[in-house]
Amino acid sequence: MREVVIISGKGGTGKTSLTGAFAHLAAKKVICDLDVDAPDLHLLLRPAHQREEEFWSGYEAKIDPELCERCGTCAAMCRFGAIHENDSGFRVDPLRCEGCKVCVAFCPADAIEFPQKHCGNWYVSSTRMGPMVHAQLFPGEENSGRLVMVLKQQARELAESRDLDLVLCDGAPGIGCPVISSLSGTDLAVAVTEPTPSGRHDLERVADLCRHFKVGFAVIINKCDLNPEESKRIEAFCRDKDYPVLASLPHDRIVTEAMVQTLVVTELPESEFSRELGRAWEQIEALLGR
Amino acid sequence: MIVSVASGKGGTGKTTVSASLTTIWGRPIVAVDLDVEEPNLHLFLHPAMEGNETAYIKIPVVDESKCTYCGACSDLCQFKAISVVNQLVMTFPEMCHGCGGCMAICPEKAISEGRRELGEISWGSAGSAGFLMGRLRVGEAMSPPLMRQVKARLNAMAAGGSRDVIIDAPPGVSCPAVNAVIDSDVIILVTEPTPFGLYDFQLAWEAFCPLGKPMGAVVNRAGVGNDQIYHFCQDKGLPILAQIPFDRAIAEAYARGRIITEVSSDIERIFIDLKEGIRHLAERRSSKEAAHA
Repeated sequence: MREVVIISGKGGTGKTSLTGAFAHLAAKKVICDLDVDAPDLHLLLRPAHQREEEFWSGYEAKIDPELCERCGTCAAMCRFGAIHENDSGFRVDPLRCEGCKVCVAFCPADAIEFPQKHCGNWYVSSTRMGPMVHAQLFPGEENSGRLVMVLKQQARELAESRDLDLVLCDGAPGIGCPVISSLSGTDLAVAVTEPTPSGRHDLERVADLCRHFKVGFAVIINKCDLNPEESKRIEAFCRDKDYPVLASLPHDRIVTEAMVQTLVVTELPESEFSRELGRAWEQIEALLGR
Repeated sequence: MIVSVASGKGGTGKTTVSASLTTIWGRPIVAVDLDVEEPNLHLFLHPAMEGNETAYIKIPVVDESKCTYCGACSDLCQFKAISVVNQLVMTFPEMCHGCGGCMAICPEKAISEGRRELGEISWGSAGSAGFLMGRLRVGEAMSPPLMRQVKARLNAMAAGGSRDVIIDAPPGVSCPAVNAVIDSDVIILVTEPTPFGLYDFQLAWEAFCPLGKPMGAVVNRAGVGNDQIYHFCQDKGLPILAQIPFDRAIAEAYARGRIITEVSSDIERIFIDLKEGIRHLAERRSSKEAAHA
């Protein structure tokens, strides 16, 4: 089984629109949306949920005001500034609580509860492109990396059980916790970038990240005509580092048009954009050895 | 006044808005890049850097000669960063959140503080504006601890509120994004009128609402997509403080690293009006607070 993750570093370069098109072009795959924080792929693929599971992860401290003796040990020991005293006693700010349990362990009055948190839900669904595994972390929640690991595991098991040989993943922006989780055990990361100072800067960081974790790396330049000189600089960077450039796609409103129609670009009438995407997908298949 | 520029969806124009506001703000200001995973604000403001420091998180170092393998540390650790198995104690520094629990609970005082590098904090000035940014070390998974340290330095730079602050926040709506905006007075949500833009905007609105701070929207690339975002804002009583038209000249200026207020006086006007809108939002809030007091 092979696994490819579409990432970008910078947000808004077109990861999800391209992943949707690749889902249309790829055979025998499970589709997986690993951007659990702000997932969008479902808006194109309109999945029908077949299985829904709750994601419980991490804990949160809660002070019982009846038992609290207001000694202040918890607030003094909390390194996250999550505990403050007001008129009604000490209180944990759930948005700052890291779930480390230090206050619970050191409270002399045993006044702090530590319930587990329901952080989101995940789904196994069917779509017109094939089976899909996806999730929604509740807004403001943490542990996105752990949820990414759950989704990857589910997607792999699903592929195995249905005799499919590819997991195609849409990743998150950035280079932090959820992105690092999405790279674990992956054969290839395809970075979608754009010829802007931010696009190139963020591409270089996400390339370093993939090198750090020894994941294969290839690049697609989207909106390549916005700044042709910057596109050339990105190409030179890729040549220098031996990263294949799979496609250079023009800035084209059909991407947004497809999105508004809840379709993927390759479902619209054929265009130069979709032909270039088709060639990119063939190269991805080749890099994956399919 | 602290203004956070956030978004939900990435690539909607947070950095463009932050950079433009900084240049036309007209009052003492510090611009802060809290998107420590992919900081970009410096690429547009071109600050003259004046200093930097490496940021660390405190992690456990075990003195095995004192350890009795009682397991109190690993029982407490919620992050699987320290583990005791029979006569062996192991630490996994990259998992550590730096809570200090293991050091405090060890009955033998066998655990001391080591450190893991989180990244770099650097500062300087862009014209008359102060500038501050964090840059996460590539391979480091946790951005909130670095963001907390950037904010600690910000408190010194903002000189007790005599300078306003513009925060360029990370995308998304989970812990890093909430961490970025949590101390601000006003939150500006930048979006685009597309289905992706709307969906992530709704998530951001849900995530930030519990903070109880005044919020306003900036619609970027107005004219693409559809008009659902306007219905949503109307439903929620969320003011649209600015609309930046979809215009290739703007996209190309951005692609060349320019601040888009330079494109035309019309664009500059949009940001001057946005600045006024932000000040009104903040003033409404402080007059409300005064009424409560």
